Amino acid sequence: MSVQALTSPLAALGRATLALFAATGRLTFFVGQTLSHLIRPPFYAREFWLACLNIGWLSLPVVGMTALFTGAALALQIYAGGARFSAEQVVPSITAIGMVRELGPVLGGLMVAARVASSIAAEIGTMKVTEQIDALTTLSTNPMKYLTVPRVVAATLCVPILVGIGDIIGIMGGWMVGTTRLGFNSATYLKNTWDFLEFWDVGSGLVKGAAFGFIVATMGCYHGMNSGRGAQGVGRATKSAVVAASVAILAANYLLTEAFFSA
Amino acid sequence: MITLEALTKSFGSKHVLRGVDLVVPTGQSTVIIGGSGTGKSVLLKCILGLIEPDGGTITLDGADVRVGDRDAFLARFGMLFQGGALFDSLSVWENVAFRLLRGSLKRPKPEAREIAIEKLRRVGLSPDVADLFPAELSGGMQKRVGLARAIAAEPEIIFFDEPTTGLDPIMAGVINELIREIVTEMGATAMTITHDMSSVRAIADRVAMLHAGKIRWEGPIAEMDATPDPYVQQFIHGRAEGPIETLR
Repeated sequence: MSVQALTSPLAALGRATLALFAATGRLTFFVGQTLSHLIRPPFYAREFWLACLNIGWLSLPVVGMTALFTGAALALQIYAGGARFSAEQVVPSITAIGMVRELGPVLGGLMVAARVASSIAAEIGTMKVTEQIDALTTLSTNPMKYLTVPRVVAATLCVPILVGIGDIIGIMGGWMVGTTRLGFNSATYLKNTWDFLEFWDVGSGLVKGAAFGFIVATMGCYHGMNSGRGAQGVGRATKSAVVAASVAILAANYLLTEAFFSA
Repeated sequence: MITLEALTKSFGSKHVLRGVDLVVPTGQSTVIIGGSGTGKSVLLKCILGLIEPDGGTITLDGADVRVGDRDAFLARFGMLFQGGALFDSLSVWENVAFRLLRGSLKRPKPEAREIAIEKLRRVGLSPDVADLFPAELSGGMQKRVGLARAIAAEPEIIFFDEPTTGLDPIMAGVINELIREIVTEMGATAMTITHDMSSVRAIADRVAMLHAGKIRWEGPIAEMDATPDPYVQQFIHGRAEGPIETLR
């Protein structure tokens, strides 16, 4: 066997590693550029409000439905699990804590990633391949300021609000199952929920939501701006945006949970 | 006057521009001709700073285009893109008035709309079109809207990237006439890239042929047919046989 054949797997590994570092560098530079444009005028208010409408308001049904069913299923699971050691009464508190700390932000973030990162990447990618990004530049408008900054700011502000609404809907999902299927008294269920929830349970979930919103919009914009040519290029950018945003959300969730709750 | 000296640009191992020297005189219409993939669009984008050249210099009225206020530099230009490049999310009038609604040229919305409608009228479109969206327009209408946007802020220099591509011969003729009229009445410096010879004859004061990354021939339109350059002759007559290699 030749030396080249022996070293080719190493070469492939090296290429992949270098490509990963290069991509990380490009993404870091992109985030740096976005942050630098955040604090320098001009700001495009109309683009910001349109992004809020698209990312926040129009994502509400999908986030709400996800939270409702997740809260309901969570209550059933906790009841079934709690029954093994006669702890059925913890259903309201654990459902609420589970929703606001973990499932609300993570599932909300993932649903927004699926809906918003894809649409941002496809929209900006199409703008790139049809020379609309170049047209923006020739019209003295910085594409980062006009396309990226409003979307990133809107997502960072709207996703925590979505998470907050999702938390309430999720807890209501648990309450519905608890009171109709598991025999809980309505007032007692709600009192237990309220009594056991602490401010930081909710606050940490909202901070996660802001981080996930930033990730979703940044990934959508980054992959859209770096889209390849043609329909295939835009399709690949869209797929990459959703995958990258989803993985980044799950990784960020772990890191934030470590930061917030590790002893 | 735009002056290019020894301009080079490569993409990986592909050397697109290999030392382009060209002068675009003020107030004249210069057309760059050349086959597909010869770097005509790259040349235009290098001047505008959309693509960073590898080497050489680009000056506008003697000043290096890469130094100085970029917004002020771009404010002197208008550009008609090959596919129109209209913003899908904005209505036609908002596309035309884009530059007038933001930045240093910002005006009140009603005034910007008024100017947009006047420019639409100038390119032969009725005010009814103003509130439509680009997706509701035909290709020819989109080109006209693109042209209206390019001239909305009354730039000194206008670039036209393949202005007749994808249009039927009659609509192509209409767009050529419009470009000629508008450039003449505005007294603008125009630079057009095309491989459509009817466009060249309708629009050009001067013609330059880009081949193999360099300006192969350059001169007034009146001298183009008489030039003995075999590359130019093959190109303008659309002959398959000649020094320019063609894939069959």
